[in-house]
Amino acid sequence: MNVKWYRFSLVSAALALVAGACAPAATPVVVENTVEVPVTQIVEVPVEVTAQPDPTAAPEPVTLTYFTFSAAPDHLDHLDAMITAFEATHPNVTIEVETAPFNEYFTKLQTLIAGGTAPDIFELNYENFVSYASKGVLLDLSSQSAGDASFAADVYYPRAYDAFSLNGMQLGLPATFSTVVMFYNKALFDQAGLDYPTSDWTWADAVAAGQQINDPAAGVYGLYSPTQFWEFYKKAAQNDCEFFNADKTEATINSPQCVEALQTMVNFVQTDKVMPSDADMGGVSDGDLFKSGKLGMIVTGIWMFSAFEDAGFEWDIVVEPGLKNQATHFFANGVSVFAATQHPQEAWEWAKFFTSSPEAATIRVEAGWELPAVSDTAVFDSYLQQTPPANRQAVLDSLNFAIVPPVIERQSEMQDAVNKLLDQVKLGQLTPQEALDQAKLEIEALLK
Amino acid sequence: MVGERGWRKTGWVLLFLLPSLSGLAVFSLTPIVASLGLTLFDWDLLTPPRFIGLDNFAELFASDDFWAALGHTLYFITGYIPLVLVLALGLALILNQKLRGIMLYRAAFYLPVVSAWVAVALLWKWIFNPKFGLVNYLLGLIGIVGPGWLFDPNWAMPAIILTSVWKDIGFVMVMFLAGLQGIPADYYEAAAIDGADRWQSFWNITRPLLAPTTFFALIISLINSFQVFDQVWIMSGGGPAGATTVLVEQIVKNAFSYSRMGYASALSWVLFLLVFAATAVQMRLQQTWVAYE
Repeated sequence: MNVKWYRFSLVSAALALVAGACAPAATPVVVENTVEVPVTQIVEVPVEVTAQPDPTAAPEPVTLTYFTFSAAPDHLDHLDAMITAFEATHPNVTIEVETAPFNEYFTKLQTLIAGGTAPDIFELNYENFVSYASKGVLLDLSSQSAGDASFAADVYYPRAYDAFSLNGMQLGLPATFSTVVMFYNKALFDQAGLDYPTSDWTWADAVAAGQQINDPAAGVYGLYSPTQFWEFYKKAAQNDCEFFNADKTEATINSPQCVEALQTMVNFVQTDKVMPSDADMGGVSDGDLFKSGKLGMIVTGIWMFSAFEDAGFEWDIVVEPGLKNQATHFFANGVSVFAATQHPQEAWEWAKFFTSSPEAATIRVEAGWELPAVSDTAVFDSYLQQTPPANRQAVLDSLNFAIVPPVIERQSEMQDAVNKLLDQVKLGQLTPQEALDQAKLEIEALLK
Repeated sequence: MVGERGWRKTGWVLLFLLPSLSGLAVFSLTPIVASLGLTLFDWDLLTPPRFIGLDNFAELFASDDFWAALGHTLYFITGYIPLVLVLALGLALILNQKLRGIMLYRAAFYLPVVSAWVAVALLWKWIFNPKFGLVNYLLGLIGIVGPGWLFDPNWAMPAIILTSVWKDIGFVMVMFLAGLQGIPADYYEAAAIDGADRWQSFWNITRPLLAPTTFFALIISLINSFQVFDQVWIMSGGGPAGATTVLVEQIVKNAFSYSRMGYASALSWVLFLLVFAATAVQMRLQQTWVAYE
């Protein structure tokens, strides 16, 4: 073998590797993410020029893009029906729909905005809304709503409407909401000879019942309400704990109320022994565990109704138990208009129609596509009549105790930091007090 | 000498290279240069980038998360590199024999290399499942209560290392096989005639003549393992309690979850410099143990 050649090729191959390594190192998945995120052009309804008797008097045709995560893949037909209804009354407007799955949606949206090709209207969940609202990329809809005689803010469920305002600006309209309730397995309650849970239960009641249902040998557990950010802020609120002070300058997450709330949660696994640990779960999802009849009670969202529909046992729901008081999750999705849209008026019309019109609300309820965030509960009649669960009223009753999540501009970082500390508590590496003292420091660093 | 014909030839070569070169320029070179510039900015994609000088680097070196991720990455490397090199060499020695169906064995060991990381990671996630997994079942048969693996902060990284070794061993093995087959058989014959046993011929013939291959395998494995990500992301997500966070995972989180493009770029360039330095050191060290034929 030629020594020089061999040596040269080896060295140059190694160099090429280093150079190659620099590409993924410098921009790890940028290309992958921006290129591969599928954007599906779903609906393209052409402007019907023939419908206009006098083309010269007709308003200029306008095409708006609407970007959504919640419509695909199950509700594209329903969105299509709403668009058809909207375009019937706004013949000069065409709505084009783009979709991305939820876990890719926000990367895609950021890239579209950064690249100068932002959609005119886009869906935002409440937690991400705050991050976007403070960046000045959302249109303040106050001027549109003030100039629109047909608009009344009280058509919305007030908490949902307020959730999408910031510093006196209305930066979005609430579209849908969902709540979290406690599901319970009637068969397991019957078997243990227990009364079914009621809406005035506390967690102590739930733990007591759970201990009767518990049968670890058979892999049956009393309840499931995991120790993570989402469940914690709610238990915290049930125990009068606030994550920060009112103007979000100081974290109060290590108050005695907060520590006590966290201790209650950790006890489910460690001392009450009514809940499986992560290792006990062995990667099986909580929903699957409930559906297989191995959980007495589970706290989860009303979006699980359809998944549990064909469970082989009777189940029902009830408002989640409380500690010192009751508090329930309230998840809202809203619609915002891009600040630099060419067509703010038409975008406003679509946002208003999509979120509050009786046509859209009816399509939504009948399709089971979440619940419209409207104040008129008559819309929900057909929803309430469906079973299971028999006690669907609990979905609306939960709204009486609804709290919105603690949200800051650097939301994902706060969630990850708190979740990591909660993990350490679960693993016994930190006490609740130590973890929350640390959480206070980390959150305050993020508030700056 | 480049005559007129030569220039014409070069022109044609460039023309044919143009499509791939322009792709490289647009999709690799530009982002690399841009990311270097971005390290000096605070950019959330939504608002215009703000120049902040070296603040990203200052924050990075003061950040517990960075040092933890670097520590876990080095832990991965120290566990992974010796294992994969030694096992792959052993495997190559075994498979470097004239046996019936040897190609079949070689293909079987190479199979994980061409499998997608997602599939492999999901499979091993199940194998390491503390309740239903294969590993703890087998340990149970000999009376050992297995650990929680991916649910246990002390065992999550070993689980990831073992998975990575299983996945990459075929790749390194193929390099060693090629190296072994480049060693002339005469040397072994001559050694045998002189009365050398198997160990002596391995130590005095195979080891030195395989050194260039070993060096190449070491460098390529080192570079790859600095960039460990897929298996971590899928198997543990950096958990439990942050016990397996690695550098690339930090980059992805900061870029796409926290929208901190400038900080993520700074992390990327620090990673690049680490890889570059580690490789340069290896290049320097090779003079002491790698002799080219």
